Amino acid sequence: MTWVLPLSQVDPPQRPDVGGKGFALAEMARAGIPVPETLCISTRAYEAYVSKTGLRERIMLELSRKDFAEMRWEELWDGSLRIRNLFLRTPMPDDLAAAISQGLTPRFHLRPAVVRSSAPGEDSETVSFAGLHESFVNVVGIDDVLEHVRLVWASLWSDAALLYRQDLNLDVSRSTMAVVVQALVRGDRSGVAFSRSPNDPSQAVIESVYGLNQGLVDGTVEPDQWIIHRATGELLTHVAPSREQMLVAGDEGVRLEPLPQELSLHPPLSSDDVATVFDHVRRLEALFGGPQDVEWTWGEAGLVILQSRPITTPVGGDPDDERRWYLSLRRSFENLQALRDKIEGELIPGMMEEAQALSARSVDHLPDQGLAAEIDRRQRIYDEWVQVYWDKFIPFAHGIRLFGQVYNDALHPEDPYAFMDLLAGTDMASLARNQALEQMAAMIRDDAGLAEALRQRLTGGEGGELCDQFQQRLDEFLGRFGDLSFAMASDTRSPQAPDALIKVLLEMASHPRESLRREPGQADRPSRSALRDEYLNQFAGEERVRAAELLDLARTSYRLRDDDNIYLGAIEAEMLVAAEEGRKRLSTRGGGPVDAVRVTDLAKMLRDPTFVPQTTEEEEVQDGFLIRARQLIGQPAGPGVAHGTARVVVSQYDLTSFEHGEILVCDAVDPNMTFVVPLAAAVVERRGGMLIHGAIIAREYGLPCVTGVPDVTSLIHTGDTITVDGHLGIVTLSQRTEAAVD
Amino acid sequence: MSDAQTTRSLLLELLTSQRLAVLATREEDGHPYASLMAFAVTEDLRTILLVTGRATRKYANLRAEPRVALLVDSRSHTASDVHEAVAATVLGDAEEVSGAERDQLIAAYLATHPHLEDFASSPSFALFRVDVRSYYLVRRFQQVTEFHVRR
Repeated sequence: MTWVLPLSQVDPPQRPDVGGKGFALAEMARAGIPVPETLCISTRAYEAYVSKTGLRERIMLELSRKDFAEMRWEELWDGSLRIRNLFLRTPMPDDLAAAISQGLTPRFHLRPAVVRSSAPGEDSETVSFAGLHESFVNVVGIDDVLEHVRLVWASLWSDAALLYRQDLNLDVSRSTMAVVVQALVRGDRSGVAFSRSPNDPSQAVIESVYGLNQGLVDGTVEPDQWIIHRATGELLTHVAPSREQMLVAGDEGVRLEPLPQELSLHPPLSSDDVATVFDHVRRLEALFGGPQDVEWTWGEAGLVILQSRPITTPVGGDPDDERRWYLSLRRSFENLQALRDKIEGELIPGMMEEAQALSARSVDHLPDQGLAAEIDRRQRIYDEWVQVYWDKFIPFAHGIRLFGQVYNDALHPEDPYAFMDLLAGTDMASLARNQALEQMAAMIRDDAGLAEALRQRLTGGEGGELCDQFQQRLDEFLGRFGDLSFAMASDTRSPQAPDALIKVLLEMASHPRESLRREPGQADRPSRSALRDEYLNQFAGEERVRAAELLDLARTSYRLRDDDNIYLGAIEAEMLVAAEEGRKRLSTRGGGPVDAVRVTDLAKMLRDPTFVPQTTEEEEVQDGFLIRARQLIGQPAGPGVAHGTARVVVSQYDLTSFEHGEILVCDAVDPNMTFVVPLAAAVVERRGGMLIHGAIIAREYGLPCVTGVPDVTSLIHTGDTITVDGHLGIVTLSQRTEAAVD
Repeated sequence: MSDAQTTRSLLLELLTSQRLAVLATREEDGHPYASLMAFAVTEDLRTILLVTGRATRKYANLRAEPRVALLVDSRSHTASDVHEAVAATVLGDAEEVSGAERDQLIAAYLATHPHLEDFASSPSFALFRVDVRSYYLVRRFQQVTEFHVRR
């Protein structure tokens, strides 16, 4: 079996084996166009690897976990992260590794190489995988090349590539990947060229940067741009950026350097150079019989073509599929740093101010019409902040993603989410809130008189005075975190101590502290400093500094993943306060319960007494069958197994009855729900992914967690006995409540 | 289509596309006994039909203990079965039928298995009607849905 082919052995029949990129390089070499020395690793090597190691079926098993169309971007990322880790942790079978090494060694022994993807079907006129699969620049040593070959193979299953293939209806079970290994050309100027501009068919476009091409391709370094008239070769325009940085090859890998000042004054290409690049591009267009998208570099030996592929127009895909947008957020480190400054310096203070301004304005004495207007206004304000949340906070979550990839690449951990332990235990707002709750619960636990006084309040008695110390804690709590029980506290009897909050505190106090789960971020995990050292020790010199910076960024990203919800929750709470006042008034009007009425409908009902909101009912009986879930599949999001009674939380009202040891089942863990998490034995939610709020909180408390279970709040009922397997992402219903059966 | 409808049509498709099921009966000493059987299902999914020789162990077992389990699945005996195959475990009560009911049900059975006419019409063979209590449908390797017949 020939797994490694030099370009001279690549003829048209080999095209499916070496992929579009490899085949184009062979064509160029035959035509005398300068290309780097290249070897192709055939798709047959990939096939042998996934077959012999059993990875092929493990990948399919991962991908068929649930209907692809139902997966959120976070679930796609998770699935792809798990698959990537399979590749990282599964060495090549010895015979395959030996054969590929043998093929590569004569040309690449200790010679810096570039390892690139070359998927068949990629780079044809109809399908473009441009930028979806990975390339690695400046890889030294055969063992390292082999490792990077596995990473390129893994990139066949990147989230963006998965989504793209879904759009094109390509059969994932037939996906395969060839790899090209090229000699690194240390170009001092590089760039891309479109022989025909996507904007104007009469023009060609050339872009160029100092240093290596990768800086331009991934958007880190801004290029000079020239527009050329295709027919005459006349130079039409030149746009110069402020040239600041260049990407250079270090001992291994690449790094960004400040551009020396003398270079920053001049464009990387003279007009003669531009003409030379354009000539080559025209030759390539003639060779391949159509407009080309070309990458090139200019080294000591002159102009070298790194790759050439047909220009394709983007095809397929639902433009409204927002997953596409999320997955396009391949934020660079620099980009994320800037975002962090904006979030910490501007957005979070803004959210806090907004919540304060809203809470200062009482809704109790507004007339019905005025209340309706206030409900709408608060809903609008909340919606605006939700938009900010999507635009800024969600992209910032990619700091975790970036770190996860770097960590997994360096350490190859058994658990692809091991890196989360290194991020956990930061000072999250919700943890501080839960600690404050626990302190109050501890006071109740130690003081029978206090507990009794609180119970009397709940049952409607006047009750004794709360001791000053407790009242002070309570006031502090309400001042700092707001009334977490805002919406539950519709029947608040004391403005200083909402009933729902007291109920939760009593429930917490009725169980010994020891029985609560381990302290957040502690216990049976290696210490964070040990984890940190283990991570940092993978890097040396400058890389180590960058690794530490990335960890710091990721920790902020992780912490904000939670805090942003808390701040957003504070604004939502004020919206709900107004809604609650509306509910209270409507319920005294008579005409049915209003607990489940949507906020926007409440305003309508206040304005128009005849308005009747729509309700939905789930259907379970189908043609004489009672159909029920027995075992549900989601995403594993927090390791561990728990068995217990389900508490399905649909609205804040359900939280008051939450009991110690129950399993929290919900659509999505709302920031205003997290205070019951320390009481819970496990968390199950409909929204999927490792980066979602619920998964992060569950991980902090060491709770088993399964996310991404479709329709979970209608399939599981409060009182059902369920088993949550957080290792595998499985929820099993073992016993139903009587109520649910009939 | 609601989820329940989708799941139900998936079950119907599985049961009508497969011709053989594994039947589990109980031996006299309590030991489970499994047999591969040609089966037919009624459109309402409430009844499964089986034919067996009266001299067989499964016949004796069915007469002694009517509670049975059946397994119907779409496996193709390749590695991809793990994620692709769909399976239904059926629980029900088996009863031998005779007379006019037998004539009517044998016609339904032969509509699915016309080539088994010689066996089915032989006096040495018995027709069993299994009244289904429930189905447990397994797909995506681990996703399980229950169907309970309402009678």
